[in-house]
Amino acid sequence: MIVFRLLLGLGRLLIRSVFLALGQIWANKGRSVLTTIGIVIGVASVTAVIAALTGLRANVLADFESLGVNKIYLHASRPDKGRHKVARWNELMLQPDELDGMLDHCPSVVRFTRISEMPAAARFGEQTVDARIIGIEPAWHKIEDRPILEGRPFSLIDETAARAVCLVTPSMQEALHLDRNCIGQRIRFLGRAFRIVGVVEPATQFGVFGIGRKNEEVFIPFRTLRKMFRGGMYAIAASRSPEASEEARAEIRFFLRRKRKLAPGEPDTFGAEAIQKFLEQFEQMATMVTLVAGGIVGISLLVGGVGIMNIMLVSVSERTREIGLRKAVGARPSAILLQFLVEAIMLCLFGGLIGLLCGQLLTTGIAAIPKAQLERSYIPAWAVALSFGFSAGVGIIFGMFPAIKAARLDPIEALRHE
Amino acid sequence: MMIQLEDVTKIYKMGVERIAALDKLSLRIDENEYVAVMGPSGSGKSTLMNILGCLDRATSGTYQLDGQFLHKMGGGGLARIRNRRIGFVFQSFELLPRLNAIKNVSLPLIYSGIGWYGRRKRAREVLRRVGLGDRMRHRPNQLSGGEKQRVAIARALVVNPRILLADEPTGNLDSKTSTEILALFDDLHRQGQTIVMVTHEEDVARHTGRIVRMADGRIWSDRPRDEDGGRRADPAGGDGERKEGQPT
Repeated sequence: MIVFRLLLGLGRLLIRSVFLALGQIWANKGRSVLTTIGIVIGVASVTAVIAALTGLRANVLADFESLGVNKIYLHASRPDKGRHKVARWNELMLQPDELDGMLDHCPSVVRFTRISEMPAAARFGEQTVDARIIGIEPAWHKIEDRPILEGRPFSLIDETAARAVCLVTPSMQEALHLDRNCIGQRIRFLGRAFRIVGVVEPATQFGVFGIGRKNEEVFIPFRTLRKMFRGGMYAIAASRSPEASEEARAEIRFFLRRKRKLAPGEPDTFGAEAIQKFLEQFEQMATMVTLVAGGIVGISLLVGGVGIMNIMLVSVSERTREIGLRKAVGARPSAILLQFLVEAIMLCLFGGLIGLLCGQLLTTGIAAIPKAQLERSYIPAWAVALSFGFSAGVGIIFGMFPAIKAARLDPIEALRHE
Repeated sequence: MMIQLEDVTKIYKMGVERIAALDKLSLRIDENEYVAVMGPSGSGKSTLMNILGCLDRATSGTYQLDGQFLHKMGGGGLARIRNRRIGFVFQSFELLPRLNAIKNVSLPLIYSGIGWYGRRKRAREVLRRVGLGDRMRHRPNQLSGGEKQRVAIARALVVNPRILLADEPTGNLDSKTSTEILALFDDLHRQGQTIVMVTHEEDVARHTGRIVRMADGRIWSDRPRDEDGGRRADPAGGDGERKEGQPT
């Protein structure tokens, strides 16, 4: 009961202080606006910076998504210690049969494709184009998000029979002056003729990274390439789900270590990297960058806070008589403290609100800058909460000193003040 | 007995010097008394008023109001006493310039936790009582000196104080307005209000029922009005004023 009454009293005191503060701010409109400019600029810049970084992050994440978040890349890798440190590449290279049985031993892996690449000049009639000849297995179609635009994907028969068939990209089709419907036409590379069975969508151009490869691509069955060329290979495996990618990575590692007969304690002679992991690392980094940049810009909020403190001190000294009178008619020091503190907080919150609106304007402007990769910029909800929280915090911290000064005034002295 | 001061001493430190503004002063004021406190400046009458009004605390001695020992109370307790039991009227009115009469009058009620409606109702009643029924929405700068002082008196009365303390309430007013304000005090006294008033003027003091004369922080004469010897008996020479800095 007593607690309830105390809370009720406190609530009343607070509401009354809010009304008093509103009246005071309204009475000094011009001064209030000038006072809050520091906070307005602070909040506007913090939110705009956060919005821009959020937009940048969203773009990078979208790029990652297009790479596929459930993929695991497998490749040979020379360890920097142990007996394989001096091994020749031939010994370290992934061999196609090393991956046999991987699906049986790695339950989190649903499919994988071996891949091998080599550059070659492709020819059709008079036209010659430098291209990357890429050997893939049929599972590639289910791992990479690149639909077949025309014709058909590779089948198991293409692979097992090592047929001389190929898939081209639309840009290749154009560069070689192939027919509009090029299915069944033959192009030559690596000293053989290959029949086109389909047209595959071009690879996504990476916006943020800017490393979209310009090379034209021609796909042939892995086995077909392997028969002509025994170079390096790598593999891409897909896990059941993005969440299971770390699990899948561990299973693959275990499987390959056993295949390669690596003793416990010996380092891996291969690499297995999950995109999901890069994604998480990037997320962490992006969050850090956002916080640090936001924090640095947040310093301007402190400057704004000093402005608030200054004006509150002026307010206290020019209202000394009023404070004296309020005390004489029975205002407790706590009531005076709350009055001035609430006034400072209200000023800051108003500043925060206006700053947020300015921040939104800035963000709209930033998003409209062409080619800046910031079109996804927006102010996240947490940044809104943060701005208001910070504004209120600045109000409390910088309003406290003037408020304490007011609360401590001696009523007799205050009433004598001129 | 309503107010009892016993051996009240107030010492101010001015650097190394210690100045006794009140020197073992004892005073008793009963219910419904109308007391004038007179004396040259520096005689300690303002200090006495501050202590009576709980704005200040005595260095030593006891202060009893309605049987409650106030000299033992903390700041919050004294604020409550000022809020509920004491009404202050100042020489310079001390109205808040941005607030209208009703809001100025209801100011003390804010601090007694009375709701908006109750405050307005009470403030209207009191303003009517002091004869300002038609000036309720005026701001201080739209009021004459006498009207300002009436608003200030209404503000002092709005909490139904046990005692009304007035510090030279007519000091800033012309003689005609002074007479009106004094008539208002007389009225209030007749209605049962206990009043303590500091004044310089013998004419003003004549309105009261008891005159307390002070000098050097002590009371040297405390008599009913009709027995008071007037300024002729003043030991300071009868000019009613003293030079600042005179040793006390």
